[in-house]
Amino acid sequence: MLATAIIVFREVLEAALVIAIVLGASRGVAGRGWWILGGILLGMLGAAVVAVFAGAIAETFSGTGQTLLNALILLIAVVMLAWHNIWMSGHGRKLAGEIKAVGTAVQTGTKTLAALLIVCFATVMREGSEVVLFLWAIAASGGQEFGMRIGGFAGLLAGILVGGLLYRSLLFIPIRYFFTVTGWLILLLTAGLAAQAAGFLNQAGLLPALGNSLWNTSHILSQNSVLGQLLHILVGYIARPSGIELVFYTGTLVTILLLMRIMQHKHRNHSPRISLHTQADISSPDP
Amino acid sequence: MLLRLATLSFLMLICTSIAAHAETPTVELRIQNQQFTVQELSLPANTKIKLLVHNEDSLPAEFESYDLSREVVVPGHSSVTVYIDPLSPGRYKFFNDFNHAAQGWVVVAATKSNQGH
Repeated sequence: MLATAIIVFREVLEAALVIAIVLGASRGVAGRGWWILGGILLGMLGAAVVAVFAGAIAETFSGTGQTLLNALILLIAVVMLAWHNIWMSGHGRKLAGEIKAVGTAVQTGTKTLAALLIVCFATVMREGSEVVLFLWAIAASGGQEFGMRIGGFAGLLAGILVGGLLYRSLLFIPIRYFFTVTGWLILLLTAGLAAQAAGFLNQAGLLPALGNSLWNTSHILSQNSVLGQLLHILVGYIARPSGIELVFYTGTLVTILLLMRIMQHKHRNHSPRISLHTQADISSPDP
Repeated sequence: MLLRLATLSFLMLICTSIAAHAETPTVELRIQNQQFTVQELSLPANTKIKLLVHNEDSLPAEFESYDLSREVVVPGHSSVTVYIDPLSPGRYKFFNDFNHAAQGWVVVAATKSNQGH
């Protein structure tokens, strides 16, 4: 029962943390709850479909189908998160200002909600399909059905709890710095997901490892430990990284940072027009 | 221009690695009655390997290894392929993430050129 709980917890954790960060990143934006919930529900549906067709998926591409699907799902999430961050680097300040003024249901930021829906969908589908397969494996083996149900439920609950905790603690950050912090969180998360995708592409034989383990820090912090697991999800910690994982990690990090800077710069050049606009708004009687 | 160059080199990388598949030696690993049929899987040093994992049970399994950084679900009565890039001598643990009672080691023995370490 405990083993079941731990395994389900570990699978749920990644999805829960990603959703917590996405919830943070979309703070105050009108309608974000529906978009994120939609992503989660679609992801659950997708997870069931992937689990049912797991056999067929596994046998495609001469036995690398599942690995390639994982890589694809991760890369889609990477692109969506990157786009959100780049967009936010131009509009984050405006969004923070509006939230300070109006509280919630701010219209700025609704542009990237579809991207965030896809991120939630992709993450829940990937992790959820493994939970479904795992629980099915235990259910089919019979015996401890009741213990399994309790364990599975406890694992799910614990995962959601940790995600909720992360979101709650994010809310303590003052709104002025809030989107800067979520921006960095998403940046590191995205780089980590890109490294994971690289690992899968290497596992499928499509990319060379460029050195199987560049270094090994598992004696300092095992990836199997709770902290190692958390850092693996949040910032892409890998105890024994391969060269290709490092290349994807730094490549993604640098690319997104660069595009964020460009976006920021572009936005700053437009700012005189924006301030003119605000003056016009102030002079008009209707808000 | 830079982007086109990057795309081109990426495609070339994929092509060469696909071409390399032809000579990749294949090693098989079986899951039977919720156990790996071998506890120690010997692999040659510094050689890329195509590992076929067969699951002969009806229950799905997840072949996973932190040491090798590999992770793949192996549904019941099916086989999956996992590539392992050249390994240096050592012991690498793997397990079934859906049933941790099933585990084993990849053992890479030192070749002559590596002896003396």
